Amino acid sequence: MAWNINNNKCLRCGGCVSVCPTAALELRDNIIHDEKLCTLCGVCEKACPVEAIKVTKK
Amino acid sequence: MNDVVIIGAGPAGTACAKLLAENGFSVKVYDKRAEIGAPKRCGEGISEASQDFVGKIPDKCIAQKIKGARLYAPDGRYLDAILSSGGFVLERKVFDKWLAEEAVKAGAVVQANTFISDITKDERGYFSGVKGEFSGNKFEEKARVVVCATGAESPLRNKALGVFSKVNLIDSCIQYEMTNIDIVPDLIHIYLSNVLAPRGYVWVFPKGEHKANVGLGIVPQDKKPGAYMEEFLKLHPEISKGSILEVNAGCVPVGGLVKDMVANGFVLCGEAANHVNAIHGGGIKEAVLSGQMAADTIAECLKKKDVSKSALSAFNNRWWKERGKYLRKVEKLRETLEKLSDPDLNDLVDALKPEDIIEFSRGAKLSILAKVLMRKPKLVSIARHLL
Repeated sequence: MAWNINNNKCLRCGGCVSVCPTAALELRDNIIHDEKLCTLCGVCEKACPVEAIKVTKK
Repeated sequence: MNDVVIIGAGPAGTACAKLLAENGFSVKVYDKRAEIGAPKRCGEGISEASQDFVGKIPDKCIAQKIKGARLYAPDGRYLDAILSSGGFVLERKVFDKWLAEEAVKAGAVVQANTFISDITKDERGYFSGVKGEFSGNKFEEKARVVVCATGAESPLRNKALGVFSKVNLIDSCIQYEMTNIDIVPDLIHIYLSNVLAPRGYVWVFPKGEHKANVGLGIVPQDKKPGAYMEEFLKLHPEISKGSILEVNAGCVPVGGLVKDMVANGFVLCGEAANHVNAIHGGGIKEAVLSGQMAADTIAECLKKKDVSKSALSAFNNRWWKERGKYLRKVEKLRETLEKLSDPDLNDLVDALKPEDIIEFSRGAKLSILAKVLMRKPKLVSIARHLL
């Protein structure tokens, strides 16, 4: 199980933050991910306009 | 102790700050971006009529004056609608700073590069201030009311009120600012197509003779906006021959208007409350209106020394009456348009008359769309659904 971001692809738009149901993401210089809050639901990956986020559930 | 602390110096936050400062209240506005207005978050279009709320927009903020819109059907046919009062494509970086300066002139304090990590509560459970960092130095600030005008891309709205956007109620967007392209510069160009931009649309908003914001928004999915953009550009050599000066991305709420936007000592407004027009995704006007209405309520509550949830809920009532009811209709309209196939969209553009769009621009009435759909036998069933 893992949440990964490719910071070379990420445009820091914060789209992932806007859909996160558990407030596990935050936009600072990069996207900050709080693994204690994250449920690996994957909506951030779906919302991301540039394929920067990868969530694996197994 | 401040009367009000506002998180976010976009159009909602600064509109709210200006009005409160004009009423003699002490206001601080924090923005996490190192430069207010940058990076830009949208196509930068605004109607001329919005100046009734925003104030007279100075020339320095305007990249291009717009006469109307060219609406393209999926099959390439188009319709020009010249509006009696047109619009502007803004230079958001200049515009947002101008709005912030207006708030400062009225007496507010604005501070960029300030990250707010938390909204604090007092012993009564009222929201009572913020914790943050200015250029890396931590601080705490107290306020009688905290306004969250962060836009959708902050976890603070979720932490405070449990608000976030459902993923099927945002459009995932990409935009290139391009130069050396060939376009008609005094029209905004809207391309409808389920192939090019499922649920959303492609926009070309000119910023001069040979320059424009070229963007598209789609329903979130595995295939990303960038891939759709590549396909659009392949079909449009007059645009793809240009150079890319800037790339922006973002997710725009196209639904999920927040029912209850207040708590004890706390107000949510602008895009943070999903106050966006669900058809075109425009949010500047809605942000300003919602910021101003929030300011009116907060001013009343501060005067009466009651910033409880029940006192602040006057904002809920007014916003829903004056904007929410209308924006809900717009949302319903989008849900209807979403059901149209590309042949349906061809028929729709074919059946549209320029005066329909003009009428529509005055108020997105379902009855207008229904009238248009009734002109095409195949679309009558959808029209009936609207009436």
